[in-house]
Amino acid sequence: MTPEKLDRIEALLSERFADLPKERLSDIVIVHVTPQQLVATMTRLRDDPDLNFTQMIDLAGVHYPERAQPFEVVYQLLSVHKNHRLRVKVALAEDQPVPSVIPVWSCADWFEREAYDLFGILFTGHPDLRRILNDYDFDGHPLRKDFPVTGRYEVRFDETLGRLVREPVVLERAFREPYRHTL
Amino acid sequence: METQSTEFLNYTVNFGPQHPAAHGVLRLLLELDGEVVERADPHIGFLHRGTEKLLEHKTYLQGVPYFDRLDYMSMMSEEHTWVLAVEKLAGMVVPERAQYIRVIYAELTRILNHLLFLGAHGLDVGAMTMFIYCFRERERIMDMYEAVCGARMHAAYFRPGGVARDLPDGLEEKIQSFVNDFPSKIDEYETLLTNNRIWKQRLVDIGVVSAAEALDLGFAGPMLRGSGIAWDLRKAEPYDAYDRVDFDIPIGKNGDSYDRYLVRVEELRQSNRIIEQCLQQMKPGPVKVENFKSSVPYRQEMQQGMESLIHHFKQFSEGVDVPPGELYVATESPKGEFGVYIISHGGSKPYRVKIRAAGFNHLQAIKTMAKGHMLTDVTTLVGTIDIVFGEIDR
Repeated sequence: MTPEKLDRIEALLSERFADLPKERLSDIVIVHVTPQQLVATMTRLRDDPDLNFTQMIDLAGVHYPERAQPFEVVYQLLSVHKNHRLRVKVALAEDQPVPSVIPVWSCADWFEREAYDLFGILFTGHPDLRRILNDYDFDGHPLRKDFPVTGRYEVRFDETLGRLVREPVVLERAFREPYRHTL
Repeated sequence: METQSTEFLNYTVNFGPQHPAAHGVLRLLLELDGEVVERADPHIGFLHRGTEKLLEHKTYLQGVPYFDRLDYMSMMSEEHTWVLAVEKLAGMVVPERAQYIRVIYAELTRILNHLLFLGAHGLDVGAMTMFIYCFRERERIMDMYEAVCGARMHAAYFRPGGVARDLPDGLEEKIQSFVNDFPSKIDEYETLLTNNRIWKQRLVDIGVVSAAEALDLGFAGPMLRGSGIAWDLRKAEPYDAYDRVDFDIPIGKNGDSYDRYLVRVEELRQSNRIIEQCLQQMKPGPVKVENFKSSVPYRQEMQQGMESLIHHFKQFSEGVDVPPGELYVATESPKGEFGVYIISHGGSKPYRVKIRAAGFNHLQAIKTMAKGHMLTDVTTLVGTIDIVFGEIDR
């Protein structure tokens, strides 16, 4: 987004959401809210005629194991009428639930199920919070940083038993990151 | 006289995951009252490969091929989003010729995707010929894919900083000749379908979504335009060379499956226009950022020069470091808004990647769209959403 557009959004936000902490990056403005403020803020962002965020385009979970509030839910909002975007973030403690935004945008349904499936983030008020991408009886939340990329179990069909068996992953050599991660 | 009342119980049908009309591995639990769908519950995830997790353990360059395999019917469009995001993060400015090449291939990919949509949608509702016709033209585009990268589908042709190599000799003329005959082929498809009585009976008024509902359901791309909202990221947030070409945004009126079909057919014509303009405007020049600390050196130089060999080795072993930061980049993929949200903590690998796939969002709308329709209309709905499981399950 252009700097003028960012200026305008920032001005509008500081006028209408004076108490919320905001952060400006080179191309977008981020608003930080608490779980208690979330639904009311989202509703106002959607209904305000100048902001008009009629679409929630994406919802992402993020895991920061070293933080005191290790989980974060990131909402990407879009207004097709004003052609601008906004990012809203909610930080969560371990096992702290966040209210569902399905009443604001019904498309949040599957996105929240996905965040629950991959991160174990709980959404209160979600009508049907069950796994979506992983298997029905999957154990664990794979996008957490402490989940190994090789997985914990593997499933195969056993000819002699005539059924599927689930066994722990055994690596002949320990998994190592092939390349350095940071400088 | 006493009237006898009979009660029928609803029953549940399991549609898929192995079903020719399921477009891959969709498992749909349908609760039926007679032949009317009361409730549809899609179960997805049969093709989940953990792309987001894998990307956290790969360098940015190694991430490119994973994007081909997301939506495997519009390969280069997905790559496009990833390379745009990485370039923005690393602060690269792509040379003009590379931008045009990428737009040409993104639009060829759109044609590729919409032809599959037309063919498969036709097949689903009983128009067998469409499939054969569409695959005839798809084959020519597949040949163009093969000409630039050697692979028919999973190209890995777009790279952070440009494209892998320049177009080979004679390819521009080949694309030009395709662009010249393609409008007459679209006319052929339209002769078969647009005013076809059976086609209209199967599509008109099926899966009607109003503009307000489409926004609430998070629709994007042809699904949103079919409901009458003229929104196209190529116009709204132009990337690469889209701000230098002229094209129209087709929109629908009623928001039903037939309108979405018309929108996609018109997009075929508009894509053709864009490719033609790009071919005219394109000039010779470099096709990648020529700072080989951040983009892959040309192969010829790598085989002869020490410096290039070192750069090549460094980039393919430890990758290119990018500054810390976070960004969300979205492009207009053939199915709608395809977005990538990257969180970087520095280094050559992302900390977190979230892929926003258009199909994921559109498929969940089948719950509301299918309600009250007949069982046979479910195949129309699956077709009109244009789902590909690679991107939905990731």
